[in-house]
Amino acid sequence: MSTTIQNIQATYAFVERNANLVKRYWAWELVWMVYSIANSLSVSFIGLGMEALSGEQANVDGRFLVLYLVIGTLVWRYLTTVFYWITEVISIERWEGTIEYTLMAPVRRVVHMAGQTVFAVVYSLFFTGVILVVTVFVFDLDMSQANLWGGLVMLIAGSFSFIGISIMVSVLPLLFPERGAQMTHIVIAVLLLVSGVYYPIEVLPKALQVFGVVSPATYVLDGVRLTLLEGTPTNQLWPQIWPVLVMGTVLIPLGLWVFNLAERYAKRTGKLARNG
Amino acid sequence: MTTYAIIVNQVIKRFGREKDNHWIKGVFRKWTSANGKNGNKPVEEENTGPVLALDTVSFQVKEGEIFGVLGPNGSGKSTLIRLMSTLLLPDEGQILVMGLDPVHRQIEVQQLINRVSVEASFFKKLSPMENLIYGARLYGMGGKEIRQRVVQILTRLGLEKRNIFNPMEEMSRGMQQKVAIARALLSRPKILLLDEPTTGLDPVSKREVQAVVMELKEQDGTTILLTTHDMNEAEVLCDRVAILHKGKLIALDTPEALKDLVPRMNGHKPSLEDVFIHLTGDKLKEEQKEDIESAQAMVRAITNADKLVEKESQPALEQ
Repeated sequence: MSTTIQNIQATYAFVERNANLVKRYWAWELVWMVYSIANSLSVSFIGLGMEALSGEQANVDGRFLVLYLVIGTLVWRYLTTVFYWITEVISIERWEGTIEYTLMAPVRRVVHMAGQTVFAVVYSLFFTGVILVVTVFVFDLDMSQANLWGGLVMLIAGSFSFIGISIMVSVLPLLFPERGAQMTHIVIAVLLLVSGVYYPIEVLPKALQVFGVVSPATYVLDGVRLTLLEGTPTNQLWPQIWPVLVMGTVLIPLGLWVFNLAERYAKRTGKLARNG
Repeated sequence: MTTYAIIVNQVIKRFGREKDNHWIKGVFRKWTSANGKNGNKPVEEENTGPVLALDTVSFQVKEGEIFGVLGPNGSGKSTLIRLMSTLLLPDEGQILVMGLDPVHRQIEVQQLINRVSVEASFFKKLSPMENLIYGARLYGMGGKEIRQRVVQILTRLGLEKRNIFNPMEEMSRGMQQKVAIARALLSRPKILLLDEPTTGLDPVSKREVQAVVMELKEQDGTTILLTTHDMNEAEVLCDRVAILHKGKLIALDTPEALKDLVPRMNGHKPSLEDVFIHLTGDKLKEEQKEDIESAQAMVRAITNADKLVEKESQPALEQ
């Protein structure tokens, strides 16, 4: 059998396995979906709250603020869902006790990560799509001027850089069996702070703005806001797209390199063993 | 000419860090020791060095043979299997699997081997069919024939068809272990590494698994490396047996030849269990001695506590 077909089979193995896990854990998925919708709505209602609190004289555009926050919550939900599916590449296997079986299979790590990533992107798009539909319905948002296709292109382009970061961060559960999975949250917390998810990064202190410039999420949020709030055509998104593509081109190979180093270290010190 | 499926050459594997000899830590250790904050344990007695899991182990496994590895818990059996499975890297020495070094030709070695461990490790919510299809795809298999082969192997191992589509968590341990063996067989490995595959199984399941192992050897010519605690199993299944003790290989021969190492007892030829206890007995005796000492210490402590309670309650009764 050719190596290409073997690699496609192995990539599909991870996609199919994760789809089966989602199907079998459907109750948990439902709970997570309800939680995510409630979370997105709560944040978005702040827009209407600001309008009500400021009074009529302040002339705050509540509808604009709601859409601004809706985009923030949706993009952030999408990126974090991709992030957690990839960083859990080791945690899931540790939890189930299958890590040694998966890592002793004749599968290159790049193929392993490709399978996990394909599933992560498809799942996250579906998950975020459901939240978008509910949010549009609840707030009666007018999306007639929005360039939805452009928003999708921006999300997909931004995924690559997030995939690179996620692969790099996924070594934490490999190196620290007991607390590694919890340590991944720190990365998301810092990115949330500096990327302008719920506010423009210009309101941040100058020192934090520097981190905002190197965060891929900043460009994804900018691009999606341009397409959905202002209807900017897709071909004018290049200033937002090229930085995330460059970051992805650097971060994905770097992530794989770091992961391989960490895997080798884990194999040398015996950290792969199921019970940590 | 004998061809070897596995060659283990002077392999050493340690776990844990080297003793940290930084002068600041040394001063701190001396200070804590002097002030009784370290249980008054002398610095020299602190056991912070690495554990030697395998100590210069060498042997060869012939192609098509069933090679047994016996040893008490912690003797290095699973470490040995993990080294062959590309899950650990040796510190020194070399292993060759079908002439390939698992450290440098990982993927090629992985294509030749599969493993069954003492714990049947699966995605518990997924069914045997889903778990096995996942495993098969990782080994490059696809298409409709996988499903047929999964059903064929599982029914051969005595699993009922209705169980094939239910979650693994609803199955008994014995059934889960059969699915683990099926998963290993699915990839048609040239070398099968069995790490205590029958531990915890009922006698019937154990025999079924043993029958499959024999069948694999006779029909497919699969080379099998088996670690076990079950001496009868080793005697029945294995062509040759190695005994590991504290990471060292202390004996290696056919079960019959190993029995000749121990003198006859009451005119009877010793069993493999007698050989095992004879060769690894020192450790068992030490452990038993420690158990007796700790039990005696506990009895003394309970007696002293009883006396103290009696003494304290005496004035109250007098009042």
